[in-house]
Amino acid sequence: MNQMAIAALKNQYKSFVQSMFDEGVLDNQFSQLQDLQDSSNPNFVDEVITLFCNDAERIITEMNRYLNYQNVDFSKLDSHVHQLKGSSSSIGAHRLKLACVNLRQASYERNKEECVEAFNSIRHEYCLLRSKFQFLMQIERRIVALENNQQ
Amino acid sequence: MGMAAESQFHVLAVDDSIIERKLIERLLKTSSYQVTTVDSGTKALEFLGLHQDETINPNTPSVSPNNHQEVEVNLVITDYCMPGMTGYDLLKKVKESSSLRNIPVVIMSSENVPSKITRCLEEGAEEFLLKPVRLSDLNKLRPHMLRTKLRDHNQKQEKQEEKTAFQSPKQQKIEQNLQQQQQQCNTNKRGHR
Repeated sequence: MNQMAIAALKNQYKSFVQSMFDEGVLDNQFSQLQDLQDSSNPNFVDEVITLFCNDAERIITEMNRYLNYQNVDFSKLDSHVHQLKGSSSSIGAHRLKLACVNLRQASYERNKEECVEAFNSIRHEYCLLRSKFQFLMQIERRIVALENNQQ
Repeated sequence: MGMAAESQFHVLAVDDSIIERKLIERLLKTSSYQVTTVDSGTKALEFLGLHQDETINPNTPSVSPNNHQEVEVNLVITDYCMPGMTGYDLLKKVKESSSLRNIPVVIMSSENVPSKITRCLEEGAEEFLLKPVRLSDLNKLRPHMLRTKLRDHNQKQEKQEEKTAFQSPKQQKIEQNLQQQQQQCNTNKRGHR
C-alpha cells in the first residue's frame, strides 16, 4: 500500500515540476540542482529552496524600502536586484530572473515609475514561485515520511 | 589511508551569496574535492595565511608564524562581484604574494563582459566561468591543480635529490618508496573521472 502511495506521490512531484518548466517558472538549472541530490545529500533541493526564499524575501523587503523613499538610491537598488538576479539564476527561477532584468533596466534609466512596476512584477513572480515551491516540498516531505515508515 | 587523503585536492570557494556557496560546495564535493567556503576576499586571504600588511612588501619572507599556510589549498574559485574586496582584487593579491602566487585562481561571474574576462585572465586567472556554474565546468579545474601539484612535486624532487646526495643508500630507498606511493595515489585520482 505504501509502495503505491510513494509511487503516486513521486509522480505528482514529477508532474508538478514539469508544469513549472512548461510555464517557464523554472528552467534547466533546477534540474541541475535535482541531479546534485543523492542519498548522501537527500535534502539538498529542500535546503537550497529554503535558503533561496529567505534570501529573496530579505532582498525584496530591502528593495521595497528603497523604492518608498522620495529620492530613490538607484545604485543601492541595483546592487540588490543584481543579488536577486544571481540567486534566481542559480536556482533556475526563470521568470523571476527575467523580472529582475527588467528592474535593472528601469533602475539604470533612473525611472522610478518603471522601477515600481518592475518591482511589483518581481514580487508577484516571487510569491507564485514560493507557493509552488511550498507545494513541492510538502509532497517531498510526505514521500520521505512514508519511506521512513517502511524502514 | 594517509596517502589517499594527501592526494585529494582542496578548493577554497569565495562568494558573498549563501546560495552560491551552498551550490559551489555541492558541485565541488560531487567532483571529489575537499572544500572550504568563505564569504569574502578578506576571509579568503586569512584562510590562505596571508595578512593584509604582508602583501605590501613582496619581499616578505614566506616563512613567518602568521603567514604559514596550515592547510594546503590547491585552487581558489571566487565570485567576481563581491562587496568590499572583489574577486579581481583577491586575484591580484594572491598573484602579488610570493607565498600564494602559484595557487591557481578561477573567477566566476554572472555577467559575460569581455573586458572583465580579459582583465582577469591577464592578471593570472586560469579560467573565467559563467554562472550558474555546472558540474561540467568543474572538469576544467583539475588540469590546473594537477599541473601545479606536479610543478611543486618536481621542485620538491630537486630539493630531495640535493638531500639524498648526502644520504645512505638505505635512507634513499625509504624515501623512494614514499614518493612512489604518493605518485600512485595521484594517478589513481586522475583515472577516477
